[in-house]
Amino acid sequence: MMLKAVILIGGPQKGTRFRPLSLDVPKPLFPVAGLPMVQHHIEACAAVPDIREVLLLGYFPAQQLHQFVTDMIAAYKIRIRYLQEYQALGTAGGIYHFRDQISSGNPDAFFVLNGDVCGDFPLQEMLDFHTSLTSPSLITIMGTEATRHQSTMYGCIVEDKETHQILHYVEKPSTFVSNLINCGVYICSPDIFKRVGEIFNSRPDFYSLEDEEGTESIRLEQDILMPIAGTGQAYVYNTDRWWSQIKTAGSAIYANRHYLQLYRTTKTDRLATNGSDKPTIIGDVYIHPSATVDPSAMLGPNVSVGKNAVIGAGVRIRESIILGNTTIQEHSCVLYTVVGWNSTVGAWTRLEGTPCDPNPNKPFAKMDNVPLFNNDGKLNPSITILGCNVTVPAEVIVLNSIVLPYKDLPHSYKNEIIL
Amino acid sequence: MGVGRKDVTLGRMKALILVGGYGTRLRPLTLSRPKPLVEFANKPIVLHQIEALVAAGVTQVVLAVSYHAEKMEQELAQEAQRLGIQITFSLESEPLGTAGPIKLAESVLAANDEPFFVLNSDVICDFPFTQMVHFHKQHRRQGTIVVTKVEEPSKYGVVVYEEGGKIERFVEKPQEFVSNKINAGMYIFNPSVLKRIENKPMSIEKEVFPYMAEAGELFAQELDGFWMDIGQPKDFLIGMCLYLNSFKTNKNITTTKLHKGSGIVGNVLVDPSARIGRNCRIGPNVTIGPDVVIEDGVCIKRCTILRGATIHSHTWLENCIIGWKCSVGQWVRMENFSVLGEDVIVKDELYINGGMVLPHKSIANSVMDPKIIM
Repeated sequence: MMLKAVILIGGPQKGTRFRPLSLDVPKPLFPVAGLPMVQHHIEACAAVPDIREVLLLGYFPAQQLHQFVTDMIAAYKIRIRYLQEYQALGTAGGIYHFRDQISSGNPDAFFVLNGDVCGDFPLQEMLDFHTSLTSPSLITIMGTEATRHQSTMYGCIVEDKETHQILHYVEKPSTFVSNLINCGVYICSPDIFKRVGEIFNSRPDFYSLEDEEGTESIRLEQDILMPIAGTGQAYVYNTDRWWSQIKTAGSAIYANRHYLQLYRTTKTDRLATNGSDKPTIIGDVYIHPSATVDPSAMLGPNVSVGKNAVIGAGVRIRESIILGNTTIQEHSCVLYTVVGWNSTVGAWTRLEGTPCDPNPNKPFAKMDNVPLFNNDGKLNPSITILGCNVTVPAEVIVLNSIVLPYKDLPHSYKNEIIL
Repeated sequence: MGVGRKDVTLGRMKALILVGGYGTRLRPLTLSRPKPLVEFANKPIVLHQIEALVAAGVTQVVLAVSYHAEKMEQELAQEAQRLGIQITFSLESEPLGTAGPIKLAESVLAANDEPFFVLNSDVICDFPFTQMVHFHKQHRRQGTIVVTKVEEPSKYGVVVYEEGGKIERFVEKPQEFVSNKINAGMYIFNPSVLKRIENKPMSIEKEVFPYMAEAGELFAQELDGFWMDIGQPKDFLIGMCLYLNSFKTNKNITTTKLHKGSGIVGNVLVDPSARIGRNCRIGPNVTIGPDVVIEDGVCIKRCTILRGATIHSHTWLENCIIGWKCSVGQWVRMENFSVLGEDVIVKDELYINGGMVLPHKSIANSVMDPKIIM
């Protein structure tokens, strides 16, 4: 069998809710658990022996992805290419636009993965399910259970419990339809191009220039899945493994924790260990080999420290991401915070955010993507984020605040966005 | 004690200290210890006054209290023995205001013809008791009150007096500037003043002083140097800063010395039994009590740490009073006039912003905004 994988990474206009973290680097390249977010997708694809080529599809300028693609080819020894859309074509539009590239070599099927989800993708198991189906599936969707309340924020799937055939599909319904939701991971048969082509050509206004709302763009969910559902050609593969969207910057801390947890079973060499002359490590911690961490520091659980970062004596870091070239000076305490590249945090300073984790008391609860401001116009407490090249003086507190890049903070801040 | 230097005529003086009630303004500290025994700069508040009185020739001190505190009576009995003076308690059966307790203690205060001192118990300054006696004996009138300069007189009752000190009148919260001198809560009276006070609740400021001034019997003496009413936490810390800063000039401070050493910044007072770890930065304006343990990498500014407390590594404290036997965890940040009562435990990595914590509590969650933790 020969398979390919397409990863939809979007473009600069997408992922704005991930700001300010996506101001300095394309969101798919933002490091979570030490790896660019989309590298986790690539790694999951590379682990499926039949996947021979991974295609990144998006509309970021090619030079922003060039180094990353080169690194990925070297790391995973697999064909990887970036296919640049010149305008936002929609999730299905982009796939259709590059149908020749995807079809070349006659793959038996291809995976499609949304770039803004994270999880422990059971791709091989999903493939086994897909290939075991007696009647051919045009598209198989990875589905997972959500709470009744949260399900309406996602694509909702109604399945035949026996056959897992999709009976009905609806995107973000206004009322409850099903608590089985779309994970944004698909296996498509190459035959799907025919179907997409029919939908594409059936649009009377396709060549009209009047509609600026992008009639040219075809969305996989609304334009493809909804009509195919109920025709007996779409199936759902259920998973109960960890899965989440990464929409807001706050979800970076949550995704970081879970990816670090996955390293425990598959990539233990990436996790820091305790030892003499080493910092104290609690739980899952990733430290880039080039980072310098003082032995008297205490890190974890759920901390990632990037390239060339310097962590001073007596520093405490918990539930945080420290990006490359950042210096945290002695005795400082960093909790639920993302510290951007090339930043400096003075001694005895406290950076603290508020976690926005799923409700642990509700089974199948997902993260709430809370808006930045509440109904009173006040900033909702969130993780603290320092953009790149931010300087925080000694002995201050930065609490539940978002600091945009290139700022020298003069004093403490609480519940503020600092432009 | 330098007995030989004392003016022989001052040898049998008496003083009344108005201690009053439960010291609620200094809670949660006063839930564990009567206010006069709360240590200010490592010495019970009332001992600052008593020792200064003794140095000025006082041999008998009466504490006017409105509740019976056995602990205080025992501790002060020991101090009385050490100082070679008599300390007695005058218990009000009902609150008698600021003048009533003077009448209640008449038998002691009027036992001879010597003038006697009356003090508010919350006052900290470079006590001018000897000068008060001299000034009082010079003008030969019934009473002398000490006045001190304030920046915003409109918040207080001010004292208007002639150049020689003779008081003309008192103005409560003046809307227009008439004076910037306020009553500093320290008086010296002839026993004849007792005729002006009745055996009932009375305010000395409102029901005695105006009449004395009218009769030309009340003089004001200006205080040199700092003065602070330390009855509440914020002022307690301001008073501590002023007091530590006065060490260079304050002649009443002879036995204690400011701490020096690496990591010590500005005026810092450390009891010899306290232990301070490595890589700390202590000061300016910090008092560390007996048996306190400060672990490595701690930063403390403008705080009082009371006896037996432990501050764990890498913690940062500013503008706090840490009560007796408290334990503050690692990587804690406490600021904004937080006060921990006795034996409070603050868990690691918490942020306490203006928290008032009652005794024997264990704090496991951050206090983001000022509040009282019951």
